[in-house]
Amino acid sequence: MAVLTAPVLETAGEPTTANKATLVVLSGDMDKIFAAFTIATGAAASGMETTMFFTFWGLQAIRKQVRTGRSLFGRMLSFFLKDIDTLGPSKLNMGGMGRWMFKKMMKAHNVATLPELRRMAIDLGVRMLACQTSLEVMEFSREDLIDEAQEVVGVAALMELATQSKFTMFI
Amino acid sequence: MEAVRADLTLDLKGLLCPIPVVKMAQAIKTVPLAGIIEATATDPGVMADIPAWCRTTGHKLLSMERREKMITFVVQRVK
Repeated sequence: MAVLTAPVLETAGEPTTANKATLVVLSGDMDKIFAAFTIATGAAASGMETTMFFTFWGLQAIRKQVRTGRSLFGRMLSFFLKDIDTLGPSKLNMGGMGRWMFKKMMKAHNVATLPELRRMAIDLGVRMLACQTSLEVMEFSREDLIDEAQEVVGVAALMELATQSKFTMFI
Repeated sequence: MEAVRADLTLDLKGLLCPIPVVKMAQAIKTVPLAGIIEATATDPGVMADIPAWCRTTGHKLLSMERREKMITFVVQRVK
């Protein structure tokens, strides 16, 4: 396990409410991650300082396509949970057919793909945090996450952000 | 609206939410203060989104018109 350096949040001493937006992303479904990145890019494009906090299933959205896990269960998780491009919809996935269908339909309608949306969010300066506890439980290391989302924090850091934000969404 | 000299023309045709707004946010930084962007889009959603984006960011929507499927709008950078 790599040594985790303590992230220093640059938020101390700021006014109670700033022009900030916080999104807590728990879900790992294609549709919900889609909504999360659409809202995050929209908030950032509207001039808000936007943070996404990824926890549990949501971590798939910031994972690299790598093998993870140490225990049997950890390695099993790694088999089932992939990266952002392999997420299926929360309904009608039908063993992957739904994912395939939605990808086709989105392409036909010229909607950005999830990797593209995530890239846009990064380019717009959306800050991406990962939940420490979820990383531990799921046996992911910080290095298993994309380079732009390797800041690992806990609930207190999230609360600080949430109290400073104009809105906090839970997806 | 009579032609204003645009500092930048942006082709947003065929793009759906949230891309038009994202592209505007990126483009507005590339024009000088008081600079003007003229954009063309086809997503009917921009009729609501671009005015809302201008209100939240403080940039000025100089004009917006829709002809058939083609939507043209002009935004001036304020800050």
